Amino acid sequence: MATLLEVRDLTTRFHTLDGVVHAVNGISYTLEEGQTLGIVGESGCGKSASVLSVMRLIPEPPGKIAAGQVIYRGQDLLKLNESQMQHIRGKEIAMVFQDPMTSLNPVLTIGRQISEALIVHMGMTQKQAYQRTLELLNMVGIPQADSRYGDYPHQFSGGMRQRVMIAMALACMPSILIADEPTTALDVTIQAQIIDLVKTLRDRLGMAVIWITHDLGIIAGLAEKVIVMYAGFIVERGDVDDIYDDPRHPYTLALLKSLPRVDRSSKERLATIPGLPPDLLSLPPGCPFAPRCAYVIERCRQENPRLEIVDSHHEIACWVDVGTGRER
Amino acid sequence: MTQYIIRRLLQAIPLLFIISLILFILMRNTGDPLATMGGRRLTRPEDRERLARQFGLDKPIYVQYLYWLIGNDWTKIDMDGDGIPETPGTRKGVLRGEFGTSLVIRGKPVSTLIWERLPNTLLLMITTEVVIIIFSIIIGVYSALRQYSVIDHLVTTVSFVGYSMPIFFIALASMYLFAVNFKKWGLPYLPTVGMFDPQIGKTPAQVALHMVLPVFSMALISIAGYSRFVRATMLEVMNEDYIRTARAKGLPNFTILFIHALKNASLPLVTIIGLDIPMLLGGAIVTERIFAWPGMGRLFLDHVSRADTPVVMGILMLISVAVIVFQLITDIVYAWLDPRIRYT
Ligand SMILES: Nc1ncnc2c1ncn2[C@@H]1O[C@H](COP(=O)(O)OP(=O)(O)OP(=O)(O)O)[C@@H](O)[C@H]1O
Ligand code: SF4
Ligand SMILES: [Mg+2]
Repeated sequence: MATLLEVRDLTTRFHTLDGVVHAVNGISYTLEEGQTLGIVGESGCGKSASVLSVMRLIPEPPGKIAAGQVIYRGQDLLKLNESQMQHIRGKEIAMVFQDPMTSLNPVLTIGRQISEALIVHMGMTQKQAYQRTLELLNMVGIPQADSRYGDYPHQFSGGMRQRVMIAMALACMPSILIADEPTTALDVTIQAQIIDLVKTLRDRLGMAVIWITHDLGIIAGLAEKVIVMYAGFIVERGDVDDIYDDPRHPYTLALLKSLPRVDRSSKERLATIPGLPPDLLSLPPGCPFAPRCAYVIERCRQENPRLEIVDSHHEIACWVDVGTGRER
Repeated sequence: MTQYIIRRLLQAIPLLFIISLILFILMRNTGDPLATMGGRRLTRPEDRERLARQFGLDKPIYVQYLYWLIGNDWTKIDMDGDGIPETPGTRKGVLRGEFGTSLVIRGKPVSTLIWERLPNTLLLMITTEVVIIIFSIIIGVYSALRQYSVIDHLVTTVSFVGYSMPIFFIALASMYLFAVNFKKWGLPYLPTVGMFDPQIGKTPAQVALHMVLPVFSMALISIAGYSRFVRATMLEVMNEDYIRTARAKGLPNFTILFIHALKNASLPLVTIIGLDIPMLLGGAIVTERIFAWPGMGRLFLDHVSRADTPVVMGILMLISVAVIVFQLITDIVYAWLDPRIRYT
């Protein structure tokens, strides 16, 4: 499979009045064509910031992409100017956001909001764009598309709005769909429907997907590769089966323990990770997980471990072997 | 929507009655229309008495109001002062569309007086409103985009100064600069009085030229205030999630700014403009006076100082209706811009 997107040492910071927020700290990963990559981590660990950096949608100021490269089909997106970037956004890489309630423009019809991308990127006429928009609405499962074309976002339920968002993102057949916690704001049943919809469309259109979530449970049936993020670092990366069956990083282990599982008896209490994620304004010198880690050793507080291969396709950033509890 | 408009108009009727009653009482207590009858000499006492009877000014105020409202052709007036009413009244009253005749310009119907001036005032006001909207949007959007740039700071300062100046000061200062001094310096200068140069005639170019200073004086304060307002709402809207969505779609900046953002940002602006229209009317009175613009403002001042009740009441009622209508238009525009609003 050909590499579609390669992120190298991406570093993003926010220069706020309180100081510099180190939101993304030199992360690297690749995405192959048609592949689905899951990015997992607690709230505030830089998941959104990392993908918004790829799209160059970080608000500047206060944000700033301080270093790194984002190579899409051979060209570094971070070197493009704004108008070149506009040809990438929506056309090559599209995005669906977390909150469907606020992510659609309340004063424009959903038909307009879907068709405008078609007119801009595909050079369609109003009429062609209208036809295509109806097809898209059908595709994402919105019944009576032609009568709903002229409706406004407030006339749709949350799940339906997220379908509209998906139709909008897929309008120009992008190669990559970035979904930033698209189901967090929805009911559980609707969540499952949306996940199924994205899966079906992904397979039909053959696009690559980056799916962000703080819920490892969602990723299992969806992604092939998983990145676990903590404090703006990638702490573990591997194939989805390896991450579930053989997690090697204490943080991933803790995340999995906090997950309800059918194969575990309901009497067993769910473990939550003690403590809070670190303050990204002032990161400790050693491993950022050290204050909460059950395996912490002396070295962790002095040196931040780098991401290293522990198995084929399986990397972690940790000094300790969780199997033995001793330094690797 | 139609239902809503009809209901609002019906609701306005009692309001207009109350307004008219209050204004009428105030008017009757502000001066003596018979003092000089528009001339320079004092009216003779015997004439006074006769005129008072003729105009019904000898009657109690509620009767006068009634005559103004529904006319007096259903009753007789005592013209010769012998205590026996003998002459049938001729007034039809406001409710039958007759605003009466001026007391000081004898026999001239109020409607004719107003009708002569109304188009001039409307021309001035609508032009001013359009200028205000266009400039405050351009300046507001620009300074929101270039937040904290030199231009933004400059605009902030200028609008702060502009906002704290009274209209008459701006009017006089602009006259002093653009007319008096420009003439002195040999630059092309602007006219300061009237609607056109009588030697050239009432050509559109002349009227436009004569409008520059009055429009500028009236618009400046509002542009100063509104552009700050547009800047603030634009900054707020540009941070909304749906703007990020629009950017993620790869739309050109122009579309994002003027369609996705401005349509949302204009909602509060519409409300403010609607509320400020009565103020603009007030500004028009002052401005027309200073620039000798032959509009209703001048008509109003000329007649209010002589307590010419029918004319003044006519103008005030027209303004009241205008304010109600403008408010209704504001509501309609708002509903048109914001689909979440549905009036029932
Ligand atoms: N516009 C901003 N200004 C300042 N700091 C920001 C801004 N956006 C994000 N941050 C900071 O960057 C860090 C990473 O935020 P990010 O939104 O990427 O987290 P996340 O992993 O997506 O969390 P969540 O699951 O809550 O969406 C946080 O500490 C956040 O406070
Ligand atoms: S490096 Fe140390 S503190 Fe960090 S996760 Fe590994 S064991 Fe825990
Ligand atoms: Mg996020």
